[in-house]
Amino acid sequence: MIVIGAGPAGIAAAIEANKNGLKDILIVERDEYIGGILPQCIHNGFGLEYFGQELTGPEYAYEFIKELKETNIEVLTETMVLDVDKNKVITALNKKDGVIRVKGKTIVLAMGCRERTRENIQIPGDRPSGILSAGTAQRYTNIEGYMPGEKVVILGSGDIGLIMARRMRLEGADVKAVLEIMPFSSGLVRNKVQCLDDFDIPLKLQHTITRIEGKERLKRVQVAQVDKDFNVIKGSEEWVECDTLLLSVGLIPENELTKAMDLDLHPVTGGTFVNENRETNIEGVYAAGNVLHVHDLVDWVSEEAEIAGKAAADYINDKLTKRNTTIKITPDKNVTYSVPQKIEYAFGDKNFIKIFMRVTKPMEDVKVNFNYKDKNIVSFSKKIVMPGEMVTANLPTALIEDHMDEIKVSIVKKVGESNGKK
Amino acid sequence: MQIIIIGAGVIGSAIARELSRYKIDIKLIEKEPDVADGTSKANSGIIHAGYNADANTLKGSMNVKSNPIYDQLCEDLKVPFKRNGSLVVGFKDEDLKKLKAKKANGEKNGIKGLEILNREELLSKEPNINKNAKYALYAPSAGIISPYELTIGYADNAVRNGVEVLLNTKVKDLIIEGEKVKGVVTNRGKFKADLVINSAGLYSDKIAKMAGDNFEITPRKGEYHLFDKVHGDLVSNTLFPMPTEKSKGILVLPTVHGNLLIGPNANTIDEKDDFSTTSDGMEEVFKGAKKLVPDVPQNGIITSFSGLRASLSSNDFHIDFSDNKKALINLVGIQSPGLSSAPAIADKVTEMVNHYFKVNNKKLKIKDNFIETNPSYPHYHRYEEENEVEKWQQIVEKNEDYGEVICRCEHVSKGEIIDAIHRPIPAKTVDAIKRRTRASSGRCQAGFCGPRILNILSNQLDIDPLEVTKKGKGSKILKARSKEIILKDIKEENNVGDSK
Repeated sequence: MIVIGAGPAGIAAAIEANKNGLKDILIVERDEYIGGILPQCIHNGFGLEYFGQELTGPEYAYEFIKELKETNIEVLTETMVLDVDKNKVITALNKKDGVIRVKGKTIVLAMGCRERTRENIQIPGDRPSGILSAGTAQRYTNIEGYMPGEKVVILGSGDIGLIMARRMRLEGADVKAVLEIMPFSSGLVRNKVQCLDDFDIPLKLQHTITRIEGKERLKRVQVAQVDKDFNVIKGSEEWVECDTLLLSVGLIPENELTKAMDLDLHPVTGGTFVNENRETNIEGVYAAGNVLHVHDLVDWVSEEAEIAGKAAADYINDKLTKRNTTIKITPDKNVTYSVPQKIEYAFGDKNFIKIFMRVTKPMEDVKVNFNYKDKNIVSFSKKIVMPGEMVTANLPTALIEDHMDEIKVSIVKKVGESNGKK
Repeated sequence: MQIIIIGAGVIGSAIARELSRYKIDIKLIEKEPDVADGTSKANSGIIHAGYNADANTLKGSMNVKSNPIYDQLCEDLKVPFKRNGSLVVGFKDEDLKKLKAKKANGEKNGIKGLEILNREELLSKEPNINKNAKYALYAPSAGIISPYELTIGYADNAVRNGVEVLLNTKVKDLIIEGEKVKGVVTNRGKFKADLVINSAGLYSDKIAKMAGDNFEITPRKGEYHLFDKVHGDLVSNTLFPMPTEKSKGILVLPTVHGNLLIGPNANTIDEKDDFSTTSDGMEEVFKGAKKLVPDVPQNGIITSFSGLRASLSSNDFHIDFSDNKKALINLVGIQSPGLSSAPAIADKVTEMVNHYFKVNNKKLKIKDNFIETNPSYPHYHRYEEENEVEKWQQIVEKNEDYGEVICRCEHVSKGEIIDAIHRPIPAKTVDAIKRRTRASSGRCQAGFCGPRILNILSNQLDIDPLEVTKKGKGSKILKARSKEIILKDIKEENNVGDSK
């Protein structure tokens, strides 16, 4: 088994595969240390779901790294995978071995994601220094020990942006505002409260940046309000002096490496289409973590990677049987996407299949409905759902009948009397 | 004998390299921290076939003479170049007449292989082209090049042949004694010369004026969008719309590195240092490109940038001795097809220099040890393109730095970045490294490799990380060490407390 990436997804997948009887596992990691992005996430808030306690990023990573070290799993760091082909052969490069070719029986893709750039969202203006992604700023501040700027504007209320607003403030920077083009914050509620409200950093909803100025170093940005169709409201533009613009405008799964494999990519998630085992359209090739879809909690990355890791082990040990009918999971009303997108294997001893979803807009008092044709299979009540927070629901396997070929999932407001949870 | 060349764009660098064949003491002076930092870094990167201009103009003759030179030149200078062909696309019946006229002009200029294509032929060459296209003029000899790498290649070669390149050096005035230009005054002191060559691009009018020569360069901005390599095969030829009075229009083309490029628009602006993009311009470029290729992607932009054409009202290149002072050659208004004309312009200037010294009874002597070629620096992406990744093994075995991948998007190793820092024209900024290695020119735009490149620059140049810049003075990347800002704040607050 080859695992590409030693972030939280890669490590958890490898450990789980190992627990399920796989001996020969190789993790390939491009960085000099393992743990992925976690070592630079020195804030707390990790592990509440998975460990039931609040940890920092490095602490969360350490729990897994400790366990990894007790296994015989081989880890190659500072080794960059440059190509993966359909025959599950990886080509990688490092200092000691040079060009490496390894063929796996199974591959777990755990390359994570990258941040969207200023160029992706097409902000016009000059191209000075001082414009960087929130994650890059986090690396400079927390790993390298440098401050990238003093007067900061943050565009996008993604979690990294919110976290960095507080981090920069704690380092003495003047954080002028966090701007969000949507009418709601795209990060976790707790981050909005703990990182902005507690530090009096304004969150300007329905605001964006329309121009960047500064020939050498950033001097100022033009901030403008937008209407519900994201058009700039004329006359609302104002200049804000700053030397730094941090961008937290979304994350993109890093799937370019697998281009040669012709994996089916999902137009919404940017990750591959997967079944409940997190298996891609190529048999024995799995994807987990942010390379599959962007998570807001690492806890769910770990959980998802364990599903993939176990399945990969079962695949090699020939323990998997396909169902007669593939069940498509189709997002319906207010659901932008679901993972998995299909169920392909017999349930075995699984009592439920956990479905991860994102909603299109914030809503209160809703029902998550799983329907076959027009018949309701099961519903779950949720107090509040928001696009920035993944919605999960356990679909009981006992309720899935053999002939079902499509299950639609919708999230709708409860109307009138509700029966509540089923 | 001493010659000073002002401006290390593609023209100045080409001239420096050609003149370095002779026993002359040459200084190439550039105000920016790197060569190719003006018009030469941001343009379409096309080597035109040469059917547009009249062969009696300088634009026409220089372009036509230069085009065939590029294969050997790029092999010598180790610059990526590809003859991908070009298509001028007509949508109306009356366009056919204009295309035929272009073809006739091209043939008069001696260009081979020109063809008028009908719709079917055009669609078979470019399946993604607008289906309403009717005709096209096909020019197989048109090519694509990396304009900044050509400039760097010329300048590196010039340095190998003894040219001294002074970066961050701005010419403030010419030294004039009587009727003769005798040198230049810069921010780094005075430099004497027997002959001064003004190839200052956008600022060539300002330099000319110092000798009393009157020109007016109007900067004309062209904006571009560069797309991810996943879109690089949308077109294979360089696609032009029918040209207008003002410009050749908005093109759709592959770059020599395999990206997709669209642009430029053309807007006259006031400031010669305004390289900003505009929201109207960004939209205009999209609209224009979609006329040629409706499937131009809306997403997948890696970067948007703008370049400035050094536009002169006469509409031809001006390459001549000064009207007012001796020992000064002015090259003014070298806009498109300036890049396509660079080798012939350098040859022409070399002839002029030879002639000048001959009439002044000083014959130039040819060097017998001129180095024609640049060494080949290993680039992993080229091995990838050639499917020769296995051969990279030997390179890593010699130096392990080539096994450490720094730029994940473009697959650039630490060894390649260190090479760039120690080339004859050293890359001392993040942008300079990008132009030589492609590190940080990919889809993450330095998100991942930025901090690593900064550390390599700091180590190799032996400077504090705080001193590393994006593109020279004023564009530092970091502000302070951790805790420095907060400690200063606390101290100030305490002081306020004391005084109360």
